[in-house]
Amino acid sequence: MANTPNKNNRKAILVTPEVCIGCRGCQTACKSWNQLPGQKTKNLGTYQNPPDLASSAFNIIRYSEVPSETNPVRWLFVSRRCMHCADAGCMKICPAPGAIYRTKEGAVAFDKEKCIGCRLCVAGCPFDVPRYDKDNKISKCHLCYDRIAEGLQPACAKTCPTGALRFGDRDKLIESAKQAGYGKIYGEADLGGLGSIFAFKDAPKLYGYAEKPNIPESVIFWHNVLKPLAVIGLGGAVAGALIHFAVIGPHKDEEVKKS
Amino acid sequence: MTNHWIDIRNADVVLVMGSNPASNHPISMKWIMRAKERGAKLIVVDPRFTQTAAKADVYAAMRSGSDIAFLGGMIKYILDNNLYFKDYVLDYTNASFLVNPDFKGPSELDGLFSGYDVKTRKYDKKTWSFQMDEKGVPKKDPALKDPNCVFQLLKKNYARYTINKVSGITGTPKEKLEEVYKLYASTGKPNKVGTELYAMGWTQHTIGTQNIRAMCIIQLLLGNMGMAGGGINALRGESNVQGSTDHGLLFHILPGYLPTPTASLASLPAYIEKYTPKTKDPKSVNWWSNRGKYITSYLKAIYGSSATKENDFGYAYLPKLDEGMNASWLNLFYKMWQGKTEGFFAWGQNPACSTPAAKYVRDALGKLKWMVTANLFDNETASFWRGPGMNPKDIQTEVFFLPVCSSVEKEGSLSNSGRWAQWRYKAIEPIGQSKSDSDIMNELYFRVKSLYQKQGGKFPEPIVKLTWNYGEKDANGKVKEVNIHNVAKEINGYYLEDVYDKTATPPKLLGKKGDLCASFVHLQADGTTSSGNWIYSQSYTQKEGKIINMMARRGKNDPTGLGLYPEWTWAWPVNRRIIYNRASVDPQGKPWDPKRAVIKWDPVKPDPNTKKPGVWVGDVPDGPAPPMASEKGKYPFIMRADGVGAIFGPGLADGPFPEHYESLECPLEENLLSKQRINPAVSLKIQEELGVDLAKYYSCDVRYPLVATTYRVSEHWQTGVMTRHLPWQLEMQPQVFLEMSKELAAEKGIQNGDKVTVSSARGDIWAIAMVTDRFRPFKIAGSTVHQVGLPWHFGWQYPEDGSGGDSANILTPFIGDANTMIPESKAFMVNVKKA
Repeated sequence: MANTPNKNNRKAILVTPEVCIGCRGCQTACKSWNQLPGQKTKNLGTYQNPPDLASSAFNIIRYSEVPSETNPVRWLFVSRRCMHCADAGCMKICPAPGAIYRTKEGAVAFDKEKCIGCRLCVAGCPFDVPRYDKDNKISKCHLCYDRIAEGLQPACAKTCPTGALRFGDRDKLIESAKQAGYGKIYGEADLGGLGSIFAFKDAPKLYGYAEKPNIPESVIFWHNVLKPLAVIGLGGAVAGALIHFAVIGPHKDEEVKKS
Repeated sequence: MTNHWIDIRNADVVLVMGSNPASNHPISMKWIMRAKERGAKLIVVDPRFTQTAAKADVYAAMRSGSDIAFLGGMIKYILDNNLYFKDYVLDYTNASFLVNPDFKGPSELDGLFSGYDVKTRKYDKKTWSFQMDEKGVPKKDPALKDPNCVFQLLKKNYARYTINKVSGITGTPKEKLEEVYKLYASTGKPNKVGTELYAMGWTQHTIGTQNIRAMCIIQLLLGNMGMAGGGINALRGESNVQGSTDHGLLFHILPGYLPTPTASLASLPAYIEKYTPKTKDPKSVNWWSNRGKYITSYLKAIYGSSATKENDFGYAYLPKLDEGMNASWLNLFYKMWQGKTEGFFAWGQNPACSTPAAKYVRDALGKLKWMVTANLFDNETASFWRGPGMNPKDIQTEVFFLPVCSSVEKEGSLSNSGRWAQWRYKAIEPIGQSKSDSDIMNELYFRVKSLYQKQGGKFPEPIVKLTWNYGEKDANGKVKEVNIHNVAKEINGYYLEDVYDKTATPPKLLGKKGDLCASFVHLQADGTTSSGNWIYSQSYTQKEGKIINMMARRGKNDPTGLGLYPEWTWAWPVNRRIIYNRASVDPQGKPWDPKRAVIKWDPVKPDPNTKKPGVWVGDVPDGPAPPMASEKGKYPFIMRADGVGAIFGPGLADGPFPEHYESLECPLEENLLSKQRINPAVSLKIQEELGVDLAKYYSCDVRYPLVATTYRVSEHWQTGVMTRHLPWQLEMQPQVFLEMSKELAAEKGIQNGDKVTVSSARGDIWAIAMVTDRFRPFKIAGSTVHQVGLPWHFGWQYPEDGSGGDSANILTPFIGDANTMIPESKAFMVNVKKA
């Protein structure tokens, strides 16, 4: 349960949008394994649905149409999910011991029993990943920690027909992507190295990812200086509320805001 | 498929036209991607920039319904630039055959072939024939110079399909056409191979069969048939649609592609005579010369001991079509619409959403006296009487619902697109009162049989004399429960007597009475064998007394390295994984492409049967005969009477060469290629008789100026009966949508996400506008033509709040292909406005 993953045994998912066909078997497989409900949605003029991650949607395919020189358009299908950062902002800021933890395979998993609902992880995440369920508990991709601990692949990767999602030893995945001609792997070094790594043909921005993802300065500050003191002095829930207020202001209902 | 799913990975060029595998056959993309990793190129031709197009090396936009123009241009390009595979074309196709000098084609008759009768809209095919020599073998010109040879006629026919003309019809820019033609034609070399993947995008047109024929001609010219990584590959729209077609689902065929008998064929010999093709060419195998064995074995399978030599093996019991009768889907519903149908079984289907002019189809259901729906779920057909616009009080149709269990609640076989019959097992017991289809049929059968036994009737024999040895019987002789293995064994067939090969001296025992047949090679025309479906003979067999369900095999050996996996389940025919594989070798038996050798002749290795040297290695060859060039050699296309691939194909209703005609509803007043706007051989009987209602159409009408097409998405299945109940699937695709270009949206004042009304001559539905660059306006004949498209998965019943919308088939026209009568759902005219 170390904060940073063990480099020797670190597992990852390699996302290769060039190979993704947008079939969304991954979205359904995730719901099936994790027994997540379907949300009532509307067609908003795009295939993308639900519009973003949700407490019942740990991964989604983002469909984006970008200009192309040879074709009417270039249509990108990009998996969006928890990045399982080595330097995980959510873990850094979480005031509840054991609520967000690192598995031995390197996944950032969570324990709803220990989550105090403070939503600090939302502020701490550079990728806007954590969501809260109806009981106000954290909810996000956990790399199918329960499957991978048993030597299985995550449900999404197992279902993917083309190999756009591949699960395995992080080092080997990076090596294979480089051999396939992808010069730079997104997430190779960012935030201590991500657990969801991306073989992009073009700049990350085109695929909806920041060139250099960062944990907000305030989170780092609170993590280093204040959190240890606050947790010792006040107990988790109160500390969480305080830090939350200090870092991001009053609570907002994440999913209501998004829909 | 002539080939199979895994084989796509062996291609150098993959042409996706008439299909969208990324959305509808996602697993096939695994093999397309594997091909791409090897350096293969993917071409996608589609009116819309699809999910498959997003992965393409070359994408060409093409107006719906103009495929033959597109492909005709490719034929011309291949011929003009000498890119065809000369040896293959000469040896393995009918290119050199001389055609009847009286034959005339569309280039001479302004869009028609010789023999057309304008009144009946049918061709007399007398002139679509070959010149025969004194031995009765087609005359040939190996120099391909004779003006009457197929090759020269092909050249003449497609000379009109210039790049300019094709671009004007299809809307595809000239440089894109050339790019596609050049790339695909690069597979005309012996060591290059291209495959074509099609689906309903090609079949659902009034020229659907000819779309595929056009590609067959291209594949023959380029020498891509029989090759690993080649072929013509139909991506079947349902997991077992191959199986249901093989087993006689359609009205015109019995199991194993035996034609349905017609009333004028009063006896079995008359039937066999009519449907047994003949050849006098000793090098032609002419496999259909075995027709008599297959129909007789079929009759023995279904009528058992009641099928005797004296009664023509029960041939009289088979239902017959009236002469010229067309019992296709559209005609069934036309008859129902006219009030001429009393009862209807809607089994595993939802015609209220799947059939064109669906609003009228729903009305037609109200004219029935009774309807039985057998399905997993209630659906728009079972509940048509409480659908939109219906007043239950006015509807007298009595509706029964039989709950059927799902595929995982029963055991049986499934045949995939690659012809693999795969056995699968029951995972859970059927839920509630649901039963398997076979058990429901079993119950129905014994009740109907007992009525015939008690009450007699006009013709009880076909029912009461059926064999029904499908399981343990109760005291009344009723099968308690169907054992599906017994059905599978009946399909494979049995030796009903000790069967000998009488050509051997002394006669050699082929099989012992009561044993399962080894393969269709042993089937007999004298009633000593049975087989419910000859092409499946060998699927459930017996070796040295041991019964083997070949479909249940799970061996993973791949001796050729081409992904044939000969020990994985079983493929018809006789476990052949690539059909017409004898065309993958030269006349000496050497593979055209040694790196991808499907089969090759080993002149040294002894044949295990004859012990003499010389045997084929690799896939199961199309017959054991030695290579074609040797004395006893045979032609490769064994299912054809003349043994070669048909560039000139006189068998179809609408011409021996594909010719471009517009769809019934189109944006053009004239066909740019001829005076024939629509397919001259397409039946307009329903249109002529009705004029309005379900037969209504408006072509080139300002009220309906937009070309439309329908399609499927990954997230839903057919009419959605199995997916619209699933919140996970609905979350991703909750509502019917209409995709359109930004230009059209601007013209109509429509924003992305707006609710719009889409209308055609048959009705209207609402949809959510998806405004996108994936559709772009076409330049057709100098004018701008807009195209739109929408999925057909939705229906009024589910989701229950009506938020999903209704079926796109409310819009589609009630017209069928000239050969198959498959509805023209892929090209029709609509209008759209903001709702």
